[in-house]
Amino acid sequence: MRATRLGAVLAAALTATLTIGGCGSSEPTGGSEAAATSPAAPQGPVKLTYWTWAPNMDKIVAVWNKDHPDIQITVSKQAGGDDAAAKFLTAAKAGNPPDLVQAEYQHLPSFIAADAVADLKAETAAIKGEFGEGIWGLVTLGTEAVYAVPQDSGPMMLFYRQDLFDKHGLQVPKTWQEYGEAARTLRKKDPKAYLGTFSSKDPGAFTGLAQQAGAQWWSISGESWKVNVADEPTKKVADFWGGLVKEGAIDDTPFFTPEWNKALNDGKLLTWPSAVWAPGVLSSNAPKAKGKWAVAPLPQWNAGENFSGFWGGSSVAVSAKTPNKAAAAQFATWINTDPKALDLLVKEAAIYPAAAKAQAALGAAPDYFANQPDFWQQAATVSAGARGFTFGPNVGVTYNAFKDGFDKALQDGTSFSDAVQAMHEATVADMRKSGFTLAS
Amino acid sequence: MTPTSKRRTPLAPYVILTPAIVLFVLFLALPIGYTVYLAMRRTQVSGLGLGAGARREVFVGFDNFAAALADGELWAGWLRVLGYGALVLVVMLGLALLFALLLDSARVRLSRFSRISIFLPYAVPGVAASLMWGFLYLPSLSPIRAILDVDLLGASTITYSMANVAVWGGTGFNMLVLYTTLRAIPRDYYEAARLDGASELQIALRVKIPILAPAIILTTVFSIIATIQVFTEPTTLRPFTNTISSTWSPLMKVYRDAFVTGDLYSAAATSIVIAAISLVLSFGFLRVVRDRAFGEG
Repeated sequence: MRATRLGAVLAAALTATLTIGGCGSSEPTGGSEAAATSPAAPQGPVKLTYWTWAPNMDKIVAVWNKDHPDIQITVSKQAGGDDAAAKFLTAAKAGNPPDLVQAEYQHLPSFIAADAVADLKAETAAIKGEFGEGIWGLVTLGTEAVYAVPQDSGPMMLFYRQDLFDKHGLQVPKTWQEYGEAARTLRKKDPKAYLGTFSSKDPGAFTGLAQQAGAQWWSISGESWKVNVADEPTKKVADFWGGLVKEGAIDDTPFFTPEWNKALNDGKLLTWPSAVWAPGVLSSNAPKAKGKWAVAPLPQWNAGENFSGFWGGSSVAVSAKTPNKAAAAQFATWINTDPKALDLLVKEAAIYPAAAKAQAALGAAPDYFANQPDFWQQAATVSAGARGFTFGPNVGVTYNAFKDGFDKALQDGTSFSDAVQAMHEATVADMRKSGFTLAS
Repeated sequence: MTPTSKRRTPLAPYVILTPAIVLFVLFLALPIGYTVYLAMRRTQVSGLGLGAGARREVFVGFDNFAAALADGELWAGWLRVLGYGALVLVVMLGLALLFALLLDSARVRLSRFSRISIFLPYAVPGVAASLMWGFLYLPSLSPIRAILDVDLLGASTITYSMANVAVWGGTGFNMLVLYTTLRAIPRDYYEAARLDGASELQIALRVKIPILAPAIILTTVFSIIATIQVFTEPTTLRPFTNTISSTWSPLMKVYRDAFVTGDLYSAAATSIVIAAISLVLSFGFLRVVRDRAFGEG
């Protein structure tokens, strides 16, 4: 099909230009190599392919390869994001998936539903205690099985321009209501600047904000799925942002676009409710503002609360079709729990580790936030209050409906909660069509 | 003739044809067959849909086709593409014809330079061209916005902005096809016309364009097919604006179904519907034009 090829080209081109983390790169095809080795009589070292987009993962794998001559891993660098998930599902369907794959938490249920990842219950029994309950739930979906080993997490925080807040006499907002007030005040003081922007292209960010408000889009009860994307917390979040956009208090430029970069660099955008990985993005997309940003907990819905949500974060899953499941699981465990590996993950891949003891061991703040020495302590506090939810088996449909629905709402000036309702209906319709059992 | 040579003669054409047939089967017939096969199937999930065996493929006959035909969003996509296509076809082919005629007329200077500079955009890949224009359209980066206060990525302008990218990229190729045909016309025709007192304009309208008719038809058919398959421009521009949905054009819907929402089966059915419509349109156009232009049946 023509679309396939174009899509691949496009994906590469888009990631290269609208750089999300600065890691769009071509990839060598992998997987077939490992599948060719016979499971019965392995000769020489076991060879495994690992699809990931975390920066410098090849360096970390090199350390493993040196220590484990019998299990040799080859890193195949991916573009990341939704495209990487689609690619893995396609490869699994075509019968030549990689042995190990980086799986974002929201995509893991789709992988499980497609029977593309293996159950690692036995292999991970010993490391369960290394992770918080919330994170662990994301790789079990609340079932008995374990489908991946958590790698990093993305608790959300509020990033803001300290220098400009001081200049305009703004207080760091403690509640969302204060955030709205600050947005209006700023518009009066500097009509060219905005306090923030609502992105109709980033369902992940919206999901995190909905989680903070207490949303529970999917859950499993017994043998059926409960779906409620348009629940009260989600509608509250949607209407809050919809109101601010409508009155012109905040902007509607999507994140990670050239326009957004420019606004960040020019100091025309003063806050970004983002996740713990934001320093990496800011340092590459807004290099001029180094040292001017600071971090605070997300504004709360009720004063005195201490909640957050997750934007991003991923796990390492083992392909259901790999002939070397034990070896692959051994690596997935090592990279996410071994002190040496965790140290490398933090230093080389600049991720916020999911393993509890590694979170506590984080020392110096990221270079871009050198002005905020307590960066990791802040992160740990926020992380403790972050709540997530079980993702459903068709997040792709929901996220696509988010983009189309909010694009339309912004364009036509219609209500954001209608867009949320459309997300819910698209999600339910798709699950019904596939035959999932839904609790009414 | 001996019996052996009798047996050999009918074999030779097949031997010679073999590579072509093998390639045709491997890279055209089989993929099409597989697409048809996929289009008649669907995944059926039971219960939670988790774990092995919870998901199986079932045969559903023409259900996916029926769903594709009944999908309002797909038809809305066709309408959008129709508007976009009409714009691109008329402007692009009009410009291509105009440039070809101008370059062919004796008085033009720097014809070689103009020819190459008009053709050059065709050598720029669609994705690169769309990105470049996308940056030019973006409000805070656009130099165009300094002169013209229009939101080039707004709901009312997006079709024109996209058509502009296609016209910019496609005019050169079509001009070259037409121009090459023009150069092949014997010069004595023009001489004869001039002796009869025809002006350059009259020569262009009464002599050149009628002779060009087959080439114009060819470029039109190519352009119709390219328009129906429009994908690169809207997909590349989509992150820049909130006016392009994931199903803006029919092919975008195929891509979304297959790779975003994970429904290969619907995507296969939709792509077959698109191929059928595309065939009907191109051959329909050819038929109408042939009847008119050449009086053939």
